[in-house]
Amino acid sequence: METINAVQQEIVEEFSMFDDWMQRYEYMIELGKSLPLIDPQYKTEDNIIKGCQSKVWVHADLEDNKLIFTADSDAIITKGIIAILIRVYSHQHPDAILEADTAFIDKIGLKEHLSPTRANGLVSMIKQLKMYAIAFKTQLN
Amino acid sequence: MDVQKIRNDFPILQRKVNGKPLVYFDNAATSQTPIQVIDTIVDYYKNYNANIHRGVHTLSQEATELYELARQKIQKHFNAAQAHEIIFTSGTTHSINIVSNGYAQILSKGDEVIVSALEHHSNIVPWQMMCEKTGAVLKVIPMNEDGVLIMEEYDQLLSNTTKLVFVNHVSNALGTVNPIEEIITKAHAVGAEVLIDGAQASPHIKADVQALDVDYYVTSAHKLCGPTGVGMLYGKQSALNRLPPYQGGGEMIAEVTFEKTTYADLPHKFEAGTPNIAGGIGFGAALDYLNTIGMEEIAAYEEQLLKYATTALNNIPGVKIYGVAPQKTAVISFNVTGIHPYDIGSILDQLGIAVRTGHHCAQPIMDFYQIPGTVRASFSFYNTFQEIDSMVEALKKAIQMLQ
Repeated sequence: METINAVQQEIVEEFSMFDDWMQRYEYMIELGKSLPLIDPQYKTEDNIIKGCQSKVWVHADLEDNKLIFTADSDAIITKGIIAILIRVYSHQHPDAILEADTAFIDKIGLKEHLSPTRANGLVSMIKQLKMYAIAFKTQLN
Repeated sequence: MDVQKIRNDFPILQRKVNGKPLVYFDNAATSQTPIQVIDTIVDYYKNYNANIHRGVHTLSQEATELYELARQKIQKHFNAAQAHEIIFTSGTTHSINIVSNGYAQILSKGDEVIVSALEHHSNIVPWQMMCEKTGAVLKVIPMNEDGVLIMEEYDQLLSNTTKLVFVNHVSNALGTVNPIEEIITKAHAVGAEVLIDGAQASPHIKADVQALDVDYYVTSAHKLCGPTGVGMLYGKQSALNRLPPYQGGGEMIAEVTFEKTTYADLPHKFEAGTPNIAGGIGFGAALDYLNTIGMEEIAAYEEQLLKYATTALNNIPGVKIYGVAPQKTAVISFNVTGIHPYDIGSILDQLGIAVRTGHHCAQPIMDFYQIPGTVRASFSFYNTFQEIDSMVEALKKAIQMLQ
């Protein structure tokens, strides 16, 4: 598996191919369609990420000391955002997830092109993924 | 009404958003400000800025005169019997809190307050808080599928334990114009007072508070081309005199000793501290501006915009409009089957079109329809039919992308 940095770099390059934000939105919608979907049994109130205006559910499993994330959202652009994050953080060791920085989000300009509520949601999503990493790290120890 | 000429009064309408000409359809959240109002505020700070009602010096007297003149303009616009029945506030929410806090001291256990199912959160929360404090009971007038209040249910709720009825003149989420004349008459028949939230109505409908015989009527300047942070509480003199003061501070007192303070007369009893002077003067200028165009002309034109947009949206497959009351202001709340309102709002924004998405601070209405929210396009007299065409085109594009 590639390192988190390598995946982030890949995403930054993919986003730099587009001239305008309509195309980037279209790409995000495409990414949303490839999101590894959460098992319906985990789509519970508890798994909803607080701070997002559309609903986002995230679930994590541990396989071979690596976290596997699955998710879903009722809004398709949000689905694209969580898909990007999962591509970065899934199949990684909890330590790697906790150490990773989030500069790639600024590099693709995601925050500026999201409404403030969605940008807050983005921050909440990252926080939630890292919370899972902390929880599973304790299990590993 | 010359819309092109009117548009020239609004500098912000010239700007671009995401490289596209701005189409501003979020007027129900806040209206844009014409240059006449902006100039008035600038002129105030350049030439008259001083604290009012206090100084003996010329600037203070001139500023006081301008501020009190603004109060009279508001009085005249809403046809209040007396200028001191107009209380300057920071906006509708503040106005409502003055009344609900006063009522918290008037009501006792078992008294009832009626609100409508069409209310904004700012119209629900203060009354819930007040009911918690006093043990009074909050009753709700339900609405039907069209977004219209069920008046038969209202009749059932009214009784001699009803002390206050609180309804918005126009629903912010759906644009429904409520039958406030009937609501007021029936409330008075059981001895209850009535507070009407005019925030959504005042940009479109000129309320005559004496003809309505309403006890309290509130609104915000920023909904009607005025600045933010200023609004009004109209109250009948008798009602305001009964209502205990809200905040303590300067201006609201007559005499202060450590033993006892006597409160000032209206309107100062409710205007503690230095007010938003420039805002108040700007409020007056905004009413001047609207009255120069004419509220009836504005309403007639907006009605045409509403009809045009309703037809155009209904022609797009999958669009469902929420709130189809026969009496509506120029607000359309809608969804597209299978698409989240936030997604539509995001794509429309990329195309320069400003709409509101979400629950519009009216979650009970969204719960009623069992939806997470809607896309809300709200029109003003400076909007055009071409702008509606742009929105429709953008919406089609969004649907294509999102489906």
